[in-house]
Amino acid sequence: MESCYHCGDQCRERVISHCGKNFCCNGCKTVFDILQDHDLSYYYDLELNPGTTPSAFEGKFDFLENETIVASLLEFDEQDTQIVSFVVPNIHCSSCIWVLENLNKLHSGIKTTQVNFPEKTVRITYDAKAYSLKEVVTLLCRIGYEPSIALEDFNKKEKNIDRSLIYKLGVAGFAFGNIMFLSFPEYFEVNEFWLEQFKHVFRWLMFAFSIPVVFYSGRDYFISAYKGLRSKILNIDVPIAIGIAVLFIRSTAEVAMGWGTGFFDSLTGLIFFLLLGRLFQQKTYSFLSFERDYKSYFPIAVTRILSLDTSKNNQKEEQAQVYELKKGDRILIRNGELIPVDAILINGDALIDYSFVSGEAEPVAKQSGDKLFAGGRQQAGIIEMEVIKPVEQSYLTQLWSNEVFSKNKTSSFENLTNQISERFTLGILSIAIIATIFWIVFEPSKAINVFTAVLIVACPCAIALAAPFTLGNLLRVFGKHKFYVKDSSIIEQMAHVDTIVFDKTGTLTTNEKSVISYEGVALNASEKSLLTSTLRASNHPLSRALYDILKENNIQTLDEFEEVVGKGISGVYQKERIKIGSYAFVDEEEDNLQTHLNFNDNKHTTVHISTNNGYKGCYVFYNRYREGVRQVFDQLSDKAEIIILSGDNDGEKKHLQHLLSKKAKLLFNQKPEDKLNYIKNLQDKGKNVMMVGDGLNDSGALAQSNVGVVVSENINVFSPASDGILDAKRFKDLYTFLTLSKNGISVIKWSFILSLLYNLVGLGFAVTGNLKPVVAAILMPLSSISIVIFTTVVTYYLGLKLKNSNN
Amino acid sequence: MSIIYMLLAISVIVAVVFFAAFVLSVKNGQYDDTYTPSVRMLFDDELVKDKKPATKKPATPNTNNHNPKLN
Repeated sequence: MESCYHCGDQCRERVISHCGKNFCCNGCKTVFDILQDHDLSYYYDLELNPGTTPSAFEGKFDFLENETIVASLLEFDEQDTQIVSFVVPNIHCSSCIWVLENLNKLHSGIKTTQVNFPEKTVRITYDAKAYSLKEVVTLLCRIGYEPSIALEDFNKKEKNIDRSLIYKLGVAGFAFGNIMFLSFPEYFEVNEFWLEQFKHVFRWLMFAFSIPVVFYSGRDYFISAYKGLRSKILNIDVPIAIGIAVLFIRSTAEVAMGWGTGFFDSLTGLIFFLLLGRLFQQKTYSFLSFERDYKSYFPIAVTRILSLDTSKNNQKEEQAQVYELKKGDRILIRNGELIPVDAILINGDALIDYSFVSGEAEPVAKQSGDKLFAGGRQQAGIIEMEVIKPVEQSYLTQLWSNEVFSKNKTSSFENLTNQISERFTLGILSIAIIATIFWIVFEPSKAINVFTAVLIVACPCAIALAAPFTLGNLLRVFGKHKFYVKDSSIIEQMAHVDTIVFDKTGTLTTNEKSVISYEGVALNASEKSLLTSTLRASNHPLSRALYDILKENNIQTLDEFEEVVGKGISGVYQKERIKIGSYAFVDEEEDNLQTHLNFNDNKHTTVHISTNNGYKGCYVFYNRYREGVRQVFDQLSDKAEIIILSGDNDGEKKHLQHLLSKKAKLLFNQKPEDKLNYIKNLQDKGKNVMMVGDGLNDSGALAQSNVGVVVSENINVFSPASDGILDAKRFKDLYTFLTLSKNGISVIKWSFILSLLYNLVGLGFAVTGNLKPVVAAILMPLSSISIVIFTTVVTYYLGLKLKNSNN
Repeated sequence: MSIIYMLLAISVIVAVVFFAAFVLSVKNGQYDDTYTPSVRMLFDDELVKDKKPATKKPATPNTNNHNPKLN
């Protein structure tokens, strides 16, 4: 088996030899030629087989001729210079960056291009006189980098990137470094003449540097503490805010009164490290969006028929925005396009794949006059339909109006850090008060000093850092292994999961039905070759799958071929006729062969066959389950309760029950609302539920569950809103991911113990009234840094577990 | 020894200049994408040869120079 020089895939169908290289299809060869002609073959030197097969795009981007749509997509449009940004899901390696940034060599109309790799976007500046937006997009498609343009891109507001954290970190780091220099001379308390002379200048400078740090960089901690107190919660920010305030007030008092240098170095260092932890936690997968709704999935425009002239010849068409569609409009949907609004089928052969909306694996055939719902994908030829509801009122859009999508999940979850902080804060305050009372009795002059020292030393910097660094590291480890989690608090919630609900179609099963068995009378050689020849001419997904396993029979050119959409196909070769399709279509004589009785229950996917010699039998299609499903269930069954909620019929119930442990519950024919309510009931019983799904039909359940994970075969295509996206290839590692999140929680607990030890040492100094600035300056960063090192090293080792499990 | 005031003033000014430069660079989006430039700088510069006067076309680059996999 040769592999393609351009994309690296196996050449299955045929090998195209060209310039001494092998290609799997004409698309790949064309891209190679384009790049070769423009001296861009360096593309192939950067990486091995970097390309992607270009997909068919003919007519797909006609809507870019519509002025309003173009204007809404452009970022900049002045004096013939236009700038546009696209998300290009295919960007995946350095070759992609290189070729996209050299687009100007392909066409002189393009001025500059800039790729943002983490976000998978490309920003193109081009000359509007020489080149149109449609041509730019077509050029991208021709070299295999089709941009994704969806409804959500329409009138996209300029993205406001929140850079405040980086500014705050910059301010804190800048002040921290300078204050360290300025406080150094005083650490050693030498009574040197010049030092005495200048120490006030140094101190006031330090004070000046720390003002922006406290009032700008540390602002969030005060706000969060205030909010927490207002809702009667002692979150971790309360002791931090107390610590910062006490540090600043005491240091300022010391400087003003000339008692000492204060703790400005510790203060700024503390805020710097805290913000660093925040930055660390902020890592997101910007190229994935976890908050998607139907808008990122719907097309931006459809073909609308203008004149309702019955004679097809002078029908005017235009590209209309989806938002503009109103009741009564006639629209055209082509093969493979998505239906954006609820509509009534007027004419054409409709074969609609609703798998993403309802979870039914089978495409359904619809007759003229039937209602079609938004979100279905047409799979056979062009259909014409009449809109009955605009986009905002269509069925699919209504799915998002459920309250479950508007509530914020994380707010209801109290994380470990906050649980600890409550006890911690109370503990620290009582220690401070007891110590103060003790000193008031024995040596009143020290009392205030001790009180503040306790609050300073106990500032839970290390505790506040433990979770962000541990979870932030795990987030990165998960991401490396193709499990993309929305944010780090999700990992903490994963550790508490005790019930896991799976969807079946598309989650446990792959998207292709490829386990096929034949039941019935064996076919002879000529019938077999007739069968494959007929299948070859059909584009139906089942025909393709069947053709793939029967390919080795010799192919002839048929004399006659007919396809009846939704029913089947028939072919004739030298007076031999074959019919392939549904039972009703192939067998007019209704002979009650046992085979068809067994498999004609609408629960199995079947393709029946009859020839001149009558009914022969049928091919039964079974879902292929993902690699490692069995293993995942075996591992999980001891740890958690497993439930399967499927929108499909129970045709595979036996098989599934066999696959699962006996304890698992199976429920079939579940509607989206049923799934949501089922999970709600589980949660009312106090269960922590993780939902693993794939489609829109699971979206309610995903939002309702404590942790919603989407399994996706291609992470760049649309997936419903969720907390995490798992690459289907890594489904087998699900158990390892769950274990790692549990381990992560233990790591955080160990870090707490470690930082409590530091605190005890510090408190020893503080309570006895011996806390000198230099001690604080050593102790505080030391505790923070050691926690960071500890968590990083341990999570690295945990990550190795995943690597080993892959071998 | 009052020169120290001068020195302090200068050092603080220098520090503030750098800080201002940092703020400016963040504002201009230099920290928005910290990955792509690291790849971009590894691309080989190409030899430029004149095929026709006035139009410059790059030559095919040196093919025995393989960059390591970057991700």
